Amino acid sequence: MVGELEFEKPLIELRKKISELKEFTKTTDVDLSAEIEKLEARLEKLENETYANLTPWDRVQIARHPNRPTTLDYIERLFTNFLECHGDRLFGDDEAIVGGIAKYHGLPVTVIGHQRGKDTKENIRRNFGMPHPEGYRKALRLMRQAEKFGRPIICFIDTKGAYPGKAAEERGQSEAIARNLFEMAGFAVPIVCIVIGEGGSGGALALGVGNHIHMLENSTYSVISPEGAAAILWKDASLAKRAAETMKITAPDLKELGVIDEIIPEVRGGAHRNVDEQAKAIDEVLKRSLKELLQLDHSALIEQRYQKFKQIGQFTFSTDYQGVK
Amino acid sequence: MLKELFIKKKKYATIPSEQVKQDVPEGIMSKCPKCKKIMYTKELVKNLRVCMSCGYHYPLPSRERIESLLDEGSFQEYDAEMISENPLQFPDYLEKLEADRRKSNLNEAVITGKGTINGHPLVIAVMDSAFRMGSMGSVVGEKIARAVEKARELRIPFLIFTASGGARMQEGVLSLMQMAKTSAALKLFSDEGGLIISVMTHPTTGGVSASFASLGDYNFAEPGALIGFAGRRVIEQTVREELPEDFQTAEFLLKHGQLDAVIHRHELKEALTNVLDIHQTGGDGAWWEN
Ligand SMILES: [Zn+2]
Repeated sequence: MVGELEFEKPLIELRKKISELKEFTKTTDVDLSAEIEKLEARLEKLENETYANLTPWDRVQIARHPNRPTTLDYIERLFTNFLECHGDRLFGDDEAIVGGIAKYHGLPVTVIGHQRGKDTKENIRRNFGMPHPEGYRKALRLMRQAEKFGRPIICFIDTKGAYPGKAAEERGQSEAIARNLFEMAGFAVPIVCIVIGEGGSGGALALGVGNHIHMLENSTYSVISPEGAAAILWKDASLAKRAAETMKITAPDLKELGVIDEIIPEVRGGAHRNVDEQAKAIDEVLKRSLKELLQLDHSALIEQRYQKFKQIGQFTFSTDYQGVK
Repeated sequence: MLKELFIKKKKYATIPSEQVKQDVPEGIMSKCPKCKKIMYTKELVKNLRVCMSCGYHYPLPSRERIESLLDEGSFQEYDAEMISENPLQFPDYLEKLEADRRKSNLNEAVITGKGTINGHPLVIAVMDSAFRMGSMGSVVGEKIARAVEKARELRIPFLIFTASGGARMQEGVLSLMQMAKTSAALKLFSDEGGLIISVMTHPTTGGVSASFASLGDYNFAEPGALIGFAGRRVIEQTVREELPEDFQTAEFLLKHGQLDAVIHRHELKEALTNVLDIHQTGGDGAWWEN
């Protein structure tokens, strides 16, 4: 099976054993139904335990699952009348970000998201969902257009990060990300951001300055990948599992740190198990978010967004300060 | 002669950094990392830490930066006592902060406050790479956002000197979110007509480069400063292509249209004064009548 996950191995083995026994009873007269029932009960119990106790590293694996639904999978299921709009009008069209206009339950919206590929060929075309500056500038162009026509903006976040490359630096990767953070803070329309897979650093945040930020239960959002953190902290990328725990990158962690608004529950075992069901869970939260935000006037939207980010962070005041007075 | 170096006191009228100088004695001689020339540290400091031989710009401590630019006695610091917590319960983080506080005599990687440059009032923020590589955690983000809010309230320009390796890892996603916090504060300030000047100094990379450092109405840099989003090594590993020698230097960025100007440290005060002068408010009188 494609994309078997490490922590699911005991489940997979048990399932295999059950199906083997079922096969066996078909070909012989031996009655194993009691034995099968027992194993099925055990499987049920084990599944419940496994999925209720996912470690941060397990969630990283789910977030990176090759079949994990992408932005376009959700656009197809949540919106109608989607028209993809290409290009930044400056340099080119970066397919690592998709965006366009659509209707959400009849409401005109602008929807934008990072876009990974489904296979190697598509991944090369989409640069594995890692944008260049022109991707962010396309997103900004579409957001400005959304504001002009008073449409709410919905952003799906799903990237390992902005692409680290020579051309990206030459064309101002830093400026492109910074500009999006800056401009998103000022749009007088509701912005809802949903992390659906990996939220990798500034490249993710560049679509993330929203009034509400939600995360799928098994998605991650971090300042650096667990591998990158491990390499810097302990000079050993193989300690990624430990870094995933230390760095607090899961949806429950971010909820506790006061960064996100809601955790969107996932289909048991991960969103890839049932995309339709997952889309419904997103729909419920997104609808609630937009309903709430559409009550706010222009200046209230901008102020709420600023206060949301202003309150993120922890600090204190020292009494024994020695420096400049 | 050496004795003279010790006894002779430089006049620091702006901020009481005498104590700092005594607490952190400098080596008497310094060797330029670029041209290898050996100089008296005292001479070098007097030259704003620009190599007398080749013009190499050493990192300038935040207090010396403030002294070199602001009018005597004009500086009033904001939020001086704000310090970091350990939100992720990150191993050894608090100890590292304490060690850096002692070593640098700074409470955090940025100093913010109000002052004047040749009579022009402004809010200034100066980052310092001597503290945690100038990395941005909650305190840096909060101090900068508050400073911008002050500038907005006082309706005076905001000037920032950046020097940072990027977001501070030990505060995880909270550090990342400071990029949004600071950028949002600048946006609200900008929308009310606030003037933003950014001067990038060595190094300005990662999350700082990808937020407030790049958001000036004017983006300047000091010669030779390393400026970029991704680290050179990461890029080399990813793309396996030859990177030019001047890759991610201030001069490289200028060539690629990412900066307004690269300005020598000795000419900075004059250049900033000029920008402030051109943006002086209250000049709405009919100049053609003169
Ligand atoms: Zn030199």
